[in-house]
Amino acid sequence: MELPILSLILFSPLVLGLILLFVPSEPVQIPQRTAFVFSLVPFFFSLWMLARFDPSIGELQLTETVSWMPTLGITYSLGVDGFSIWLILLTTLLTPVVILGSWTDIRKRVKEFLFFMLVLEWGMLGALVAVDLFLFFMFWELMLFPMAFVLGIWGGPRRYYATIKFVLYTMAGSALMLVAMLYLVLAHAKTGTLTFDIVTLYDTPLSRLEETLLFWAFAIAFFIKVPMVPLHTWLPDAHTEAPTGGSVDLAGVLLKMGTYAFLRFAIPLFPHAAEDAFPIVIAISVVGIVYGAMVAYPQPDMKRLVAYSSVSHMGFVMLGLYAFDVTGITGSVLQMINHGLTTGGLFILIGFIYDRTHTRQIADYGGVWTVVPIFSVLFLIVTLGSIGLPGTNGFVGEFMILLGAFRNHPWAVAVATTGVVLGAAYMLTMYKHVVFGPLKNAANETLADLNLREVIAVAPIVLLIFWIGVYPKPFLARIEPTVEVLLSRLERAGATLYLADRSPAADEPERVAAR
Amino acid sequence: METELLRWIVLLPLLGFFAGVFAARTNRPELARFTGPAVVLAAFVVVLISVGRLWSLPADGALVDKMFTWIEAGPLSIDFTFRIDRLTSVMLLIITGVGSLIHLYSLGYMDHEPDVARFFAYLNLFVSSMLILVLADSLPVLFIGWEGVGLCSYLLIGFWYKDMNNADAGQKAMIANRVGDAAFLIGMFLLFWSLAQVGTASLNLQSINEQAPLLAEKLPWVPTVVCLLLLIGATGKSAQIPLYVWLPDAMAGPTPVSALIHAATMVTAGVYMIARLSFLYVEAPGAMDVVATIGALTCLFAATMAIVQDDLKKVLAYSTVSQIGYMILGVGVGAFAAGIFHLMMHAFFKALLFLCAGAVMHALHGEIRMSHMGGLGSKMPITAKTFLIAAMAIAGVPGFAAFFSKDMILEAAFVSGHTLQWALGLIGAGFTGFYVFRGYFRTFTGESRLDPEVAAHVHEMPRVMTVPLMILAVLSIVGGWIGLPFGLLWGDAIGHYLSPSLATPHGHHGHPTTGTLLFLMTLATAVALFGIWWAWTLYAKSPQLLETVYARTRGVYTVLWNRYWVDELYDTLIVDPYKRTSRFFWKGVDAVFIDGLVNGVGAVVTWNAGVWRRLQSGNVSHYALGMLAGAVLLAGATWLVLQN
Repeated sequence: MELPILSLILFSPLVLGLILLFVPSEPVQIPQRTAFVFSLVPFFFSLWMLARFDPSIGELQLTETVSWMPTLGITYSLGVDGFSIWLILLTTLLTPVVILGSWTDIRKRVKEFLFFMLVLEWGMLGALVAVDLFLFFMFWELMLFPMAFVLGIWGGPRRYYATIKFVLYTMAGSALMLVAMLYLVLAHAKTGTLTFDIVTLYDTPLSRLEETLLFWAFAIAFFIKVPMVPLHTWLPDAHTEAPTGGSVDLAGVLLKMGTYAFLRFAIPLFPHAAEDAFPIVIAISVVGIVYGAMVAYPQPDMKRLVAYSSVSHMGFVMLGLYAFDVTGITGSVLQMINHGLTTGGLFILIGFIYDRTHTRQIADYGGVWTVVPIFSVLFLIVTLGSIGLPGTNGFVGEFMILLGAFRNHPWAVAVATTGVVLGAAYMLTMYKHVVFGPLKNAANETLADLNLREVIAVAPIVLLIFWIGVYPKPFLARIEPTVEVLLSRLERAGATLYLADRSPAADEPERVAAR
Repeated sequence: METELLRWIVLLPLLGFFAGVFAARTNRPELARFTGPAVVLAAFVVVLISVGRLWSLPADGALVDKMFTWIEAGPLSIDFTFRIDRLTSVMLLIITGVGSLIHLYSLGYMDHEPDVARFFAYLNLFVSSMLILVLADSLPVLFIGWEGVGLCSYLLIGFWYKDMNNADAGQKAMIANRVGDAAFLIGMFLLFWSLAQVGTASLNLQSINEQAPLLAEKLPWVPTVVCLLLLIGATGKSAQIPLYVWLPDAMAGPTPVSALIHAATMVTAGVYMIARLSFLYVEAPGAMDVVATIGALTCLFAATMAIVQDDLKKVLAYSTVSQIGYMILGVGVGAFAAGIFHLMMHAFFKALLFLCAGAVMHALHGEIRMSHMGGLGSKMPITAKTFLIAAMAIAGVPGFAAFFSKDMILEAAFVSGHTLQWALGLIGAGFTGFYVFRGYFRTFTGESRLDPEVAAHVHEMPRVMTVPLMILAVLSIVGGWIGLPFGLLWGDAIGHYLSPSLATPHGHHGHPTTGTLLFLMTLATAVALFGIWWAWTLYAKSPQLLETVYARTRGVYTVLWNRYWVDELYDTLIVDPYKRTSRFFWKGVDAVFIDGLVNGVGAVVTWNAGVWRRLQSGNVSHYALGMLAGAVLLAGATWLVLQN
């Protein structure tokens, strides 16, 4: 019998997290080191999963199904495909990175913090591997609590406001989704089977009105998570107040839950409604790109600036999903990873410097290159990844998204491409004011450069920024087949936007081997 | 012909970059001082070998190095492939050849710089990116180089980062370039999907050029729009109207950077790109006219600003903008080979001018204002003489480089019927002669206006700096002879050499008579010489005239000195409104409006809860009343439903 690899990945953080609780909390190095070693376990499991993952299959694979609550049609079923595989790896990679990076950031209740980080990992992984709607919903809600604790206990001065805003926003979305989910399952039950299995639910017969209402219930829940303008204001507050580890997980994985779930649920479950919604979704994506970039520009707080940049970048991801095109959606899935890496990297680096100075105000810095050259170089690399310089990961994702989306939405892409300029404007302005110029603040003269631990924590991110930028093929090759499956499902449902009458040649995309 | 040699042209400087980073990290400047120039020289050798192989192939042959598939999904497939044809070979020789000389010169120039390892690391990275740009076989790979050189430019302009002005200048360059790049991207997208519609979706350069006629036939508007979008990209990178404003500021970087990046190579990338896509451009005559007009306007416009600058490097910066204007004019009127010819000559004489300016700056401990120079010729004879040669070359003194190349462009403009553009270029030639000789006379001749303390230490540069000057001086003289008019000797050798790589515009006007050509040439030369004569009169022969001229032209002078207030205009029209809107979105929309709504909802819920809480009075009779009311309502509702 094959080992249930997904279950191993999923439950190892929880089990190890519980074990961690029995480790002595003093000196703090004990739980820290234990947690770091523990967090490597799910990562190695996920590498193993990667090795077993068959890139030629677009459908869910490595599936595990165990009957759970048969009378309600609820099963414990897991699976992985091109949409989730890299997000799973990103999650299992970011957890050790975050634990290593939070070594000095967290000074009180260290063990509990580490426990919550592992529980959070469990929740995120659960939402990614679940292919049962109930199981997904359970994990979707479960993620919220460790994050709320991390924010509420280890957060900054306005942490209660931020936590309440975060929880209420997300819960509001969840409530909508729960109602829609139950309606969907009951609607499907009319066909004779009571099930929460996603793939089966894809074929639920629905009237156009039902489809539209359910779609929007799901969509709003996901828009809040992404977050899409104007439902985004919880994010800057959450990011600003969260400790480094919380910010990294929030930006790195939690936001992706919105776009991932959109791809996994909202679009394939309600293809026609999803198609009908395109003017609205495209509009708010493009507005988000420009608006997020503009609001990011004058931010005096580095974390807040990066938080708004997330709003802008996630607009790109959403635009890519709505390309309804192989290149666009593939790029969009890749961009979820890219954004996780670069934004995660930015938050970690900002966290490192914050540890030393206890300020995130851009105005308190200036001219730090001389004192902290390693920090400055790494910060530059991640910044370049974030603004999508060719050769870094951000370019590959943005290019594919914009190119893919151009086919159906040329004008929207024309506007979105200004994000390329605006993104450079706010990121480079921040970089300039932090790193260049004369050393403004005398307190920074004794700033210590990154130590080995910190460099090791950021190293995988920097490596992946270049890897995906230069040789994205292994990543794309595992995403694309699943995108093809989704698109053929949409085509069968007759929801292909207005592709067919636009370019007949596109039905059989001809691969052009460049001479 | 397949060969794995080509990748080494890029990898060698890239290795130099890593060596430089290592040297900077471990504080070994001497290591970077060796590897920095060595890798570029090595790349030059590999280029020579490659070009040798190319010459053994038929005229339209090419060397190809296919490395791996870069991005692939759906119809999009981009190979990471390098390709050398004749056009690329010229660019490669310029980049690595002139690049080597500038690297050697930098050894002397950056002698006292403690951070020299970082300097060479950036410079090597630049060379590597520039080589990717010209070796690329597809637009996205070209774009890697295109933005890569932009990054290096950003880093090198801000090399002395402790001065915020330098960092500002670097960022300005990056943002201006990105504006162009955004248009470039949109152009690529439109091209890709249009090709998907009419033929094969591809961004491969060969494929684009091959399918260009088909595209023009099926979707006639597309080539025009694509070419205009790419032109916007070119105006960013090649500092043309309207995006030229970053280049004068870019002079904040070390002078070898100005020579290599902001004169010889990077800023000519737009010209190269248009020549590379000449087959597409000739399908868009309307766009070509715009290209020619932009070039001609920039050429004159920038030249007028060059004549009043006090900063010697700024003179050269505006001169560069103006000279690239000529190249753009050349490719715009379909004289692609002439554009590339002038690009090559410009690489020689403009690099030389900058390196001479650098030598002066080095000798004067950073002084670059001509009002604080004068009479340096006797103390720095080699620098002065090579500057003079370069000045003659750029002004188009007969026999020198630009005499041939600029003339070829003006001729093509006239012959193809672009009379207005030709006239602008012709007037520009007069300004060119004036500003460059003004620079020469004010710097190297006449009374010394030096600070006496500085004057005592002025000396000629060491060999490592003067030898590159002399080599470039020789090239500035003889280089132009590869494109002789009237079929003299070998005739237009460069044009013949490049012709397999370049398109010929439709409706070519045939060959004008020798008489016309002679007339045009004489006219251009006369205008240039007139400019030189004026400069000589005002700045060498009778400086007392200067006051009179100033007095009479104060208005014009003010306009020019303030650079037509274009920077201020952009600030007022674009930058400031953007900043204000951003702030408004943040403080007004986000914090007050959206969050106000959010918090408002929260407040309403709290208030609401307060109201409802009163219902829970704990008084049993209230609850009983409530129950009764509920029961009545329910009964009533049931009755209503049953009635229907």
